[in-house]
Amino acid sequence: MERVVYGKKKPLWYIDRIVSHLVVATTALAVGLPFLWMLTTAIKSPVEVAQFPPIWWPQKIRWDNFAKAWSVAPFGRFYVNSFVTAVTGVALEVSIASLSAYAFAVIRFKYRDFFFLVMLAALMIPSQIALIPNYVILSKLRWINTYKGIVIPYVSSVFGTFLLRQYFLTVPSSLYDAAEMDGLGHLKTLFHISLPLAKPVLGTLVLYIFIGKWNNYLWPLIVTTKQSMRTLPVGLSMVREAEYAIGPEHLMAAAIFVLVPVLVVYFFSQRKLIAGIAAGAVKG
Amino acid sequence: MTTRSSRGGRSAPGPKKSGRTRRARREALTFAAFTFPNFLLLGVFVFWPIFYSLYLSFFKWDMIAPRKRFVGLENFRIMFSDPVFWMVTRNTLTLAFFVVVVKMTIALALALMMNRNMRGRSLYQAVIFSPTFTTSVAVAMVWTWILEPDYGLLRVFMRPLGIPPVNWIESTSHSLPAVIIVLVWIGIGYDMVIFLAGLKNIPVEIYDAALVDGVSPVQEFFHITFPLLSPTTFFLTITGFISALKAFDIIAIMTAGGPLNSSNVIVHFLYQNAFKWFKTGYASALALLLFVIIMTITLIQNRFSRRWVHY
Repeated sequence: MERVVYGKKKPLWYIDRIVSHLVVATTALAVGLPFLWMLTTAIKSPVEVAQFPPIWWPQKIRWDNFAKAWSVAPFGRFYVNSFVTAVTGVALEVSIASLSAYAFAVIRFKYRDFFFLVMLAALMIPSQIALIPNYVILSKLRWINTYKGIVIPYVSSVFGTFLLRQYFLTVPSSLYDAAEMDGLGHLKTLFHISLPLAKPVLGTLVLYIFIGKWNNYLWPLIVTTKQSMRTLPVGLSMVREAEYAIGPEHLMAAAIFVLVPVLVVYFFSQRKLIAGIAAGAVKG
Repeated sequence: MTTRSSRGGRSAPGPKKSGRTRRARREALTFAAFTFPNFLLLGVFVFWPIFYSLYLSFFKWDMIAPRKRFVGLENFRIMFSDPVFWMVTRNTLTLAFFVVVVKMTIALALALMMNRNMRGRSLYQAVIFSPTFTTSVAVAMVWTWILEPDYGLLRVFMRPLGIPPVNWIESTSHSLPAVIIVLVWIGIGYDMVIFLAGLKNIPVEIYDAALVDGVSPVQEFFHITFPLLSPTTFFLTITGFISALKAFDIIAIMTAGGPLNSSNVIVHFLYQNAFKWFKTGYASALALLLFVIIMTITLIQNRFSRRWVHY
């Protein structure tokens, strides 16, 4: 795969190499710099924040910025809301995706392909078109300012179903036949054969969905009007809009609250996430 | 592809016909039960909204009043004669164009460089890809602070170049470029990863043959790499364009579409109309327009991808 041979034959191959390295390293630095800037701002004193040219590291680390940021809004509550909605959302969406993926891959039904196309058509519909109708539906159900309201409209699954179905199809049909011989029903086959075999792709799917829900802003913004029901991104945006007497150092500290869980997930699973993206897009 | 598994079908021909039909019915029922939750939710929250939006676009309604007032095509007439709408449309297209072109160019250059045996590649990749998964609201706030005219980080890099401080967020000429910069920053990593995967799919033998023929690196890029990469480029152009048309978070946090709508885009304008000004009918007309645009692009993609793309 690697094209080493090609480079080595060129007389000036190493210049090419060095330039490439410099360019890529500089880009990586440029992409990473905002995160570093967020971190160093969050631990500066108000005087250090308002310095130009800026200093990269404060004289004394101000941990109390985080305490102050935590107190300007009910961040504890936002955390609970974000976790509850993201976790239940993931659980529901993955269950729904598994069930329908299994049906589309294994269960025999005359109009199966037709329904599959109907489902895929949903991929073409931008979710933004549903904002007003869904808001109207939820207000009729009196689901505004509830966890249900944040979670339920977004747990249907087309992408997840598609992904899992592809995976279920690679399971040799002899396994399914054997399961049937043993008198296993479809539900048991799904839980004891299909899902265990799909563990790697299931893990990646769970991560994507979780991060997507954690980061979601527009829908929770619309469907929550009470501060106590807001998720972290919405709460964070409101902190800024409300113009509390806080400085950039506190805002950055608050931004860190929101980013930490995602960055932790990313740090531990970035290989998996990147590989999943690369594989999915090439096949899709 | 769809009938790989034989379950239920290939099982030994039953002695009685009735047994088989009963069995097929049971399979059909199980199928219905398994897919019901998904189709119920898709029906209510994805498909139904299209028709409801269409319906609402013929009415004047503030979302609260018990009665909607039928106005026919008035919302569409207002839309097409509204200078703000045209400004918003122009902004959306400008944004999508620049975001897609700039981030894909940078991503392709990076992918080409990284496709060699580059040391530290996975670290670089992890860093450049990270904005893809980070919370947009938090990122937008960090960038607002970076672009701050007096103490912002960007000024550090602009001053040595003799560029005077720019009030990115509050200037009508710079607010949209500011948003574009952030969206490019977010999007480079994803495109790069996809380009890298695309480059891996090009057979090495072709390059070996080119080497034997004494093809220059520039020729190699334009005659081999770029044409063979066209499915990837096409995919990224379309998906990138569509997602740029739907940009909301970064704009809502950084500029709120301002100043004077200079950075306002369709989805944000839709949000303002629907949930700030309660012009539900007008907002539904906007939603419908967005739907038609995205649907058209997707259909064009499906239809022509084979014709435009070298395989």
